[in-house]
Amino acid sequence: MPAHYDGGVRPAAVTARGWGWRHAGRSRPAVNALDLDIRPGERVLLLGPSGAGKSTLLHALAGVLGDGTSGNSAAGDGGLADSDDADETGSLLIAGEPPRARRGRAGLMQQDPETQVVLSRLGDDVAFGAENLSVPRDEIWTRVHEALDDVGLAHLPLDHATSALSGGQKQRLALAGILAMRPGLILLDEPTANLDPAGVLEVRDAVGRCLDKTGATLVVVEHRVAVWKDLVDRIVVLQPGSGTQPAVLIDGTPDQVLEQAREMLIAAGVWVPGYVPAARQRTLAGTSAEVTGQLLLAAEGLAVSRERPRRRGFRSVPPVPVQRDITAQVRAGEALTITGPNGAGKSTFALTLAGLIPPVDGKVSATVELSRGAGIDPYKWRAEQLIARIGTVFQEPEHQFVTGRVLDELQFGPRHMGHGEERVDELLERLRLTGLVDANPYTLSGGEKRRLSVATVLAAHPQVLILDEPTFGQDANTWAELASFLSELLDAGTAVVSVTHDQEFTHVLGGTEFRLAPRGLGQPGTAQPGTAQPGTGGHALGAPEQAPT
Amino acid sequence: MRDALSLSGNQALLTRANPLAKFAAVFLITLVLALSIDWMSASVALACELLLFPLAGLTFTLLWQRGWPLIVAAAVGGWSTSILSPDSGKVLLDVGIWSMSEGSLQLGLGFLLRGLAIALPAVLLMSCTDPTDLADSLAQKGRLPHRFVLGTLAAMRLVGLMAEEWQTIGMARRARGVGSRGNPWQRLRATLGQSFGLLVQAIRRATRLAVTMEARGFGGATRTWARESTYSRLDIWVLLGGAVIAAGAVVAAVWAGTWNMVWLEGS
Repeated sequence: MPAHYDGGVRPAAVTARGWGWRHAGRSRPAVNALDLDIRPGERVLLLGPSGAGKSTLLHALAGVLGDGTSGNSAAGDGGLADSDDADETGSLLIAGEPPRARRGRAGLMQQDPETQVVLSRLGDDVAFGAENLSVPRDEIWTRVHEALDDVGLAHLPLDHATSALSGGQKQRLALAGILAMRPGLILLDEPTANLDPAGVLEVRDAVGRCLDKTGATLVVVEHRVAVWKDLVDRIVVLQPGSGTQPAVLIDGTPDQVLEQAREMLIAAGVWVPGYVPAARQRTLAGTSAEVTGQLLLAAEGLAVSRERPRRRGFRSVPPVPVQRDITAQVRAGEALTITGPNGAGKSTFALTLAGLIPPVDGKVSATVELSRGAGIDPYKWRAEQLIARIGTVFQEPEHQFVTGRVLDELQFGPRHMGHGEERVDELLERLRLTGLVDANPYTLSGGEKRRLSVATVLAAHPQVLILDEPTFGQDANTWAELASFLSELLDAGTAVVSVTHDQEFTHVLGGTEFRLAPRGLGQPGTAQPGTAQPGTGGHALGAPEQAPT
Repeated sequence: MRDALSLSGNQALLTRANPLAKFAAVFLITLVLALSIDWMSASVALACELLLFPLAGLTFTLLWQRGWPLIVAAAVGGWSTSILSPDSGKVLLDVGIWSMSEGSLQLGLGFLLRGLAIALPAVLLMSCTDPTDLADSLAQKGRLPHRFVLGTLAAMRLVGLMAEEWQTIGMARRARGVGSRGNPWQRLRATLGQSFGLLVQAIRRATRLAVTMEARGFGGATRTWARESTYSRLDIWVLLGGAVIAAGAVVAAVWAGTWNMVWLEGS
């Protein structure tokens, strides 16, 4: 351990003995009978299917799970009686103490970058944890500078606005805030799931540097093994809690586990290195549908911005566009992939194309084949006219839920249009939602939510489908299903426009890649037919894109 | 929207004063103006406040951008007071049930000036006070519970996020076929649905933020502060300034004979 950390970091061991946790109001435990020993300074990647209790374990280690009635309602004594309270069994210790006993011994980073930032100034945010641990003032600032340096944010002023940071920077800031507490145990709960490829590497490398320096213990939960494989020295695979089997399914060095459990991990949807899930390839374009190639939607000289005209007193000021002079065409049965660095306005462009945001300048026009009498400008269409023509799947599925039941959710669009309800059953089946028809959409797993959100939009039978980062944070199984399904749609003549960083996904869909230059360069995007051809794909984790110069 | 509350490069003198001192000064002025409806005390206070603009880094353009609802409200209040209050003195305007006399005009003018004079210090305070500094000051100097103050401060950051979220949810719902256009009933229903969506997201975000804060050790009985909130000599001047403006307004009104305590009026 480097001397200037003054012994501040004491790598912590984790010991679980028959540990289990049942969340309040649930009948089954999230984690059951966990026996696990992690040595001080060890780096562990935690894998397992959804529902295996990975996040629950991290939250417990971070001491944020709340209090459980220490468990006697295990199987046998008709346990439902007190299912309203959370229930803890066995013991879970960090360096010999219960996690809640010593605040600041463990630091936790979660998935959503927006909620990892607490305060509005960079320096304050890093200091927050140290302040809460009553670290003396001078010492706090020493730690803040050191932590910012460690995560590579030292070039920014201390009063820099945290809202102006990118997703990757926000996660690195969160890491700095954790480091300033000098924790012996660092817990990362899918820290890079919401980030673009550049952000993923940024965060991973910062974590690596900090661990090398402090020697702290690491437990990270992630679907994408390739990202963390070289950084960890052990992989632990958990399985969903049950009364009979132990919680730990496999435990060993990365190479060992990946070799032994490869098939099982692939079946569980884990992104195993070197494995690209098999997705249906497109058949030769133009053979299966006569409409293929027909122009449906065109953008001419388009300038886009998410901001509405601003009110300055009584005056109205148009917003400054993030991109201008965009010219693009959407054709039936063809894929258009919008790529570019963060903040280049990819989503904004897609949503403008989708008739959801009015253009700042230029126009989006629908051809007669698409508009079918509804008028030329999609933004002016009524909602029920829009969904029958252009369907948009948002990045966050929950934003689009409008009912309290999966079946109602699917029937909603057709019902509003007055036809098309017969398609619902087919979609339920095709996207494996049949068993969930009565479930509340908000209670579904991430992959299920994604499939549902695609199904609901398709229930209205749009000719153009627009998707915003459809593969973000998805496991390999959902990914493959989605890619196959879209490739089928394309062959059937639907136009698919997707905003994505995922090169493998782009590769499956083929078609045209449309690259947007970084904001502020004032360059229009360029369409590059053929750039999305086979052979260029990397993986869900690709190198950061470079904008054309 | 997200940075509506930030000071964005304001270097003016009053940004360096302690927020609590500024609060106290504003309170003194507002208190005096709340006591009497007369045009003299209000115009003296208003004139002094306008002189303070440069010290707070405020310009008329900025004032109008941030405070126009208050200004419009004051104007409407003044106008309606002058036409609706009982007539006294010479009648200047008579249109049906509305009439304006010298007396009512004076009252209306007093109302307008007073509205402005009360609103302006708030805008002044906002424009030269950073929310973070305010929280520091309230918790360290004002002895408010730090859990409450910091919780509020962190939540305020979410308010800006929620404004963006509202827009996104509105678009996402249109993409599902929920029209936010149409007759008022349809719009109301669409707005209610959208509000529910926002509520769900707000609770999710708030829960995650709470976990983040707790995981960083927030919630203990004691904590240290990376930045000390201090009083300086400037704060004495701020307090004195507030007191002088307040006193000046009273003295001028009493001297001019316009001072009338609101609750002593009786008639």
